[in-house]
Amino acid sequence: MTVPDRSGFEALFAPRGVIVAGASTHPGKFGFVALHNILRNGYPGKVFATNREGGEVLGVPCATSIDDLPDGEADLVFVCTPAGANPDLLRACAKKGVRAAFVTSAGYGEAGEEGRRAEADLVALAGELGMLLAGPNGQGVVSTPASLCAQIVAPYPPAGRIGIASQSGNFVSSFMNYAVQTGVGVSRAVSAGNAAATTVPDYLDFYAEDPETAVGLAYVESIPDGRAFYERVKGVVERKPLVVLKGGATAGGQQAAASHTGALATDDRLFDGMCRQAGVTRAATVEEAFEAAATFATQPLPKGPRTVVVTTAGGWGVVTADAITRSSLELAPLPDDLRAAIDQKLPPRWSRNNPIDLAGGETRDTIPEVLELVASHPDVDAVIYLGLGIQSNQARTMRTGPYYPDHGLERIVDFHERQDRRYAEAAAAVSEATGKPVLTATELAVAMPDNPGPAAVRESGRLCYAASNRAVTALDHLWRHARWRQRRGL
Amino acid sequence: MPTLSEAESKARLAAHGVPVLDERVAGTADEAVGAAHELGFPVVAKLCGDAIAHKTERGLVRLNLGDGEAVRSAATDLLAAARPEDGAVGVLVAPQVRATRELIAGLNLDPQFGLTVMLGIGGVLAEALGDVAFRLVPLTRTDAEEMLDDLATQALLGAFRGEPPVDREAVVDVLLGLAGLAEADPSVRSVDLNPLMIVEGRPVAVDALVEVAP
Repeated sequence: MTVPDRSGFEALFAPRGVIVAGASTHPGKFGFVALHNILRNGYPGKVFATNREGGEVLGVPCATSIDDLPDGEADLVFVCTPAGANPDLLRACAKKGVRAAFVTSAGYGEAGEEGRRAEADLVALAGELGMLLAGPNGQGVVSTPASLCAQIVAPYPPAGRIGIASQSGNFVSSFMNYAVQTGVGVSRAVSAGNAAATTVPDYLDFYAEDPETAVGLAYVESIPDGRAFYERVKGVVERKPLVVLKGGATAGGQQAAASHTGALATDDRLFDGMCRQAGVTRAATVEEAFEAAATFATQPLPKGPRTVVVTTAGGWGVVTADAITRSSLELAPLPDDLRAAIDQKLPPRWSRNNPIDLAGGETRDTIPEVLELVASHPDVDAVIYLGLGIQSNQARTMRTGPYYPDHGLERIVDFHERQDRRYAEAAAAVSEATGKPVLTATELAVAMPDNPGPAAVRESGRLCYAASNRAVTALDHLWRHARWRQRRGL
Repeated sequence: MPTLSEAESKARLAAHGVPVLDERVAGTADEAVGAAHELGFPVVAKLCGDAIAHKTERGLVRLNLGDGEAVRSAATDLLAAARPEDGAVGVLVAPQVRATRELIAGLNLDPQFGLTVMLGIGGVLAEALGDVAFRLVPLTRTDAEEMLDDLATQALLGAFRGEPPVDREAVVDVLLGLAGLAEADPSVRSVDLNPLMIVEGRPVAVDALVEVAP
């Protein structure tokens, strides 16, 4: 296996110009959709289009031959032409200085013996031309630092630090849809398609060196050479965290994978052991995978497992304590000096232990103060804060009811919303000041996403977890990875 | 795939630090009785040879032999049960050990991942529990320690029914020994330590089978 050189990835993720080959006037065709999505999402570089008929698509004049395009102005060709046309297309593009091709065309390795031959020929040709070949049979590539959305599907995520690579294009979309929902953004995303020349580990290897990317997020199904995969991802994880979702973890899933990508069945426990050895963060579900990546991207790594829960209501704390106890995290006993310090801030009915249940004793400044006391304590490694958004939820009911703004409602609504905003900002500020993870969780993140509490968490660039157990799962992944690093002196 | 005899398998593993019992290979029933007296009763007798990979299935293991007569009779039967295709055989005489806890460990050649080390909870419920952990060769001491942490049945590794906790470092040494053998001898294709008994908290390979490339 040859590792593609870096300039090909630069051409793919930060092209100076893009050619859409096979541009179509029909808004249902890939050749239209790709061009549309590139233009629609504000790609600032030059955009060229080619097709057999000429004419114009979305105001872009279409050349009937690559030869008619200017030299050296496009680095990337986005290929929507039939497989048979592609060898000549790539040769012509190479002459124009194109260094990367994303091939959406089907009819390759997934299409029988003839397709496999065509794919091998395409790989060899790209190699000769010194061109990075992405795909074929892939959905596209996204790169937010370049404002590039070269895809035959919709989602374009907010900018962020997660680098996505997937053997299944639809999982690229799923991950990016979560990015849109949560506001935790993406740096690069690519669907490897048949991964004929450029494989998921190749992209991950690029992400490991990419200053725009803080964490890799991958979906894999078939691993033809497990040993090479292990060596590659281990090299990636030594540099950056990597979250992997694996399809085909069960006998039923393996059967489905065999018909999807022709994957060979492996004992899942072996894959699991490989992940643990390589320091890969393995997630069980797509949601868990995204949230783990989002947490790596937006929270510092914990230096130890000692976790303290700060909650405004007892029941939430109890359930969260259960989740922590079931994980690799520790429900840290509250240090005496910390207890004494909190005693100064709260009436005596507070829980006086971990979880710290404020039990309704808080006043205007208590929550930011307690968060700061807890996170600053040397015997605390991480904090989970529950109860954000309750005040604003009441405020919303008041604001939308018939009594607003009279009866003093306007004032109290403003107060509630200001407070929740403060709490969210305090959680982020305390985390930054202490270098410790501080996670906030409330179902209001999905139930009422415009609630000023969760909204302010989003504005801080962090994830507001939709349930405390999901915050615990994400934090557990961070600690396991941090421990893997510590034990290996990394 | 060719296999090594139990005695040869154990000798190779012991050279890499895998604990085995003090055992003797006897060519005749008389020698077997002599070996049993040296080791002390009760003993186990097994037919041992390079080509014998499935002793239990063929009834070639005799347990709980309490005196010289029992050993003589068992050894005579075992030697008589040898088939021409078994090649050179002997009777392996070993002390009978008792353990409430058993682990399994081994090396396997996976078509995708290459040589892997395995550790699991052994005993009659092993298959039903499926509590095993894998790592790829080569592995570090830290990797091996984490394999033990991966087992779900941690309660079985602590103090248990009056026995001390499992000596985790000693189990780690077994795993590193397996990996060490694989690295030292590229012809090794698989190793099966089943059971790896926990005696007074310490692991000991009571049976071992090494497969080598043809």
